[in-house]
Amino acid sequence: MTTESSIARGIQAEIVEAHDDAGNRMFGFIVFLLSESVIFLSFFAGYIIYKTTTPDWLPPGVTGLETHDPAINTVVLVSSSFVIYVAERYLHDRKLWGFRLFLLATMAMGSYFLYGQAIEWLGLPFGFTSGVFGGTFYLLTGFHGLHVLSGIVLQLIMLLRSFLPGNYDKGTVGVEATSLFWHFVDVIWIVLYILIYVWQ
Amino acid sequence: MTNIPVEAIGVAREQPYPGAPDNWKRFFSFSTDHKVIGIQYLVTSFFFFLVGGIFAMILRGELITPEADLVDRTVYNVMFTMHGSVMLFLWTFPSLLGLANYLVPLMIGARDMAFPRLNAVAFWMVPVVGILMIGSFLVPGGPSQSGWWAYPPMSMQNPTGNLITGQVLWILAVAISGVSSIMGGVNFVTTIVKMRAPGMTFFKMPVFVWTVLAAQLIQLYGLPALTAGAVMLLFDIVFGTGFFDPTKGGNPVLFQHFFWFYSHPAVYVIILPIFGVFSEIFPVYARKPLFGYKIVAVSALIITVVSGIVWVHHLYVSGTPGWMRMFFMVTTMCVAVPTGIKVFAWTATIWGGKLRLDTPMLFALGGLINFVFAGITGIMLASTPIDLHVNNTYFVVGHFHYVLYGAMVFGLFAAIYHWFPKMTGRMYYEGLGKLHFWLAFIGNALNFIPMHPAGLMGMPRRVASYDPEFAFWNVLASLGAFLLGMSTLPFILNMVSSWVQGKKAPDNPWRAIGLEWLVSSPPPVENFEELPVVIAEPYGYGKNEPLTEAQRKELAEA
Repeated sequence: MTTESSIARGIQAEIVEAHDDAGNRMFGFIVFLLSESVIFLSFFAGYIIYKTTTPDWLPPGVTGLETHDPAINTVVLVSSSFVIYVAERYLHDRKLWGFRLFLLATMAMGSYFLYGQAIEWLGLPFGFTSGVFGGTFYLLTGFHGLHVLSGIVLQLIMLLRSFLPGNYDKGTVGVEATSLFWHFVDVIWIVLYILIYVWQ
Repeated sequence: MTNIPVEAIGVAREQPYPGAPDNWKRFFSFSTDHKVIGIQYLVTSFFFFLVGGIFAMILRGELITPEADLVDRTVYNVMFTMHGSVMLFLWTFPSLLGLANYLVPLMIGARDMAFPRLNAVAFWMVPVVGILMIGSFLVPGGPSQSGWWAYPPMSMQNPTGNLITGQVLWILAVAISGVSSIMGGVNFVTTIVKMRAPGMTFFKMPVFVWTVLAAQLIQLYGLPALTAGAVMLLFDIVFGTGFFDPTKGGNPVLFQHFFWFYSHPAVYVIILPIFGVFSEIFPVYARKPLFGYKIVAVSALIITVVSGIVWVHHLYVSGTPGWMRMFFMVTTMCVAVPTGIKVFAWTATIWGGKLRLDTPMLFALGGLINFVFAGITGIMLASTPIDLHVNNTYFVVGHFHYVLYGAMVFGLFAAIYHWFPKMTGRMYYEGLGKLHFWLAFIGNALNFIPMHPAGLMGMPRRVASYDPEFAFWNVLASLGAFLLGMSTLPFILNMVSSWVQGKKAPDNPWRAIGLEWLVSSPPPVENFEELPVVIAEPYGYGKNEPLTEAQRKELAEA
């Protein structure tokens, strides 16, 4: 039994070594993000169709969306993309404390964005079931918010793993993927902001 | 320097774990070996094929008389919904994934998929989908009755008022199946793009690998749209939003767009790998290279692109504006060009070849004939004036069953017989295989051809009772269905008995050319002792060219 499993393990090790594992993971992650973006594209397409065809778009008593606070939120989220890039550069130079500091800053900015969105949601005069307008608003911002939350969780994992000894011996593909995901979440938000807040 | 040895060269015949007996328990474990996962997919999905088949038998039993007498109308609605859902989400998709899982790494000369653990997770979601689907029989109100399209407002009805209804479980099952398929898509695309053996350029890949790549790309761009629609439908049912509810300002037709944006290309996800199977099998049993290999390979990717802009042909009667009908009629007909190229190439491959009519070849030929028939009715349906006339009649049912059973299931059986010796190390029984083919071929024709005249006469689909003038065609169809059901018995007998006690299979029983035939039957766990270096295009039948560097060296020494 033991010899059998050790042979099996030896073969497994060989299988891993035979291929460019880190390259595969990054490639696979990019493929996944492209596919994920289609969900957002579908929601965006749905939103555009609803907005252009629904006779009573805004629910009664609603005049439009406040744009000032969401604009601050947008600036914070978009700038956090540059902050995580700086973190990545620090890691590239193997300056771990700089990496940790800037990653923590990214997480703080992401959390501020979520906090700002929660404040906005709580102050709105319409709900999830207030017609198609309310439905699409909460669907789009909520689905994007879930992605922001996932991004922060990924960053937390990357932060904690940076304390493991020898964590970067096999490369930094995890951090690169986390960073790419964060840029993706940012780009989606820019489109979303234009669709929902700018185009009223 | 006369003949190329097509048997394996210098590969030790070993069981999956060297020195250990082939352990059947690994098929019930969280194995990360793509070959184990492939067989897990195939066997699990075949179980659901039988479940969906029983539903079909009940449907055809009901339709043998014009009155709704065998089952209640509600039960009939449940039966056609679950028949369609089980057959698509639990039989066609997983069975083709199983075949691709088993073959792609072997065909491209890789040791496993790019993400073996992700692969196993994706497989183990299939039983969860099955439990949710079948489990919906146990919730109050029974399973979904809105057909496999789940169109609102039909699917938004909730007369029992429960939170967990059959429809909610159905949506959850489809969502989980979608997640599993996306995992599979990421895995296959990464594997095919990044893990090919040295020397295997894209234009040295077998066509099956090309078609799997094309099909998985469709999954990746199409499925998220269905997921988006399903999430909105779920919110409408559970939280009372109004995305698809006209009384709340919503638009039910938008769901149809989301649904068919994925579910029409899904037909190509199903049929493309079968095109690959045809392209693998015809050269072997005709002993000729595949005609127009590169064009056949590229036409798979053309189908991937064109299939993304045809979905509105399912919505000709959904208040679609005239320009849309016109545009999508033209794009739909354009799909016939790459498919026509393939059919032409296969015909030219068989033409003048030394045909060997073993069971895989019979199934592939039968599948090709059925596919051409289905393609002709498909072009008819693409044309708006005809579609307006026969929309939602049995003509449509006959058409897509000719695609799904006539072409897809036949192609899959061809593949299972063809690669059975490789997967199990045993030969199947040729007599039982031929019996299976003839029962299936006659049953298929008898079952699905009569649906076409019944549909042209105006018999609507999804009804438990019908006008007596359609009775003749329905009796024929039901007899054909029972024959088709019977045809599964020799297949099961064949598979089980030959796996247990069949003749030992050599490494390359069909004298086929391809990397998967260079390794032992069944292949060792690491697939290749040494990764092969590919130096030639596939399908070099009758050309006397070596496929790999190792073969070339051996020839030079001899």
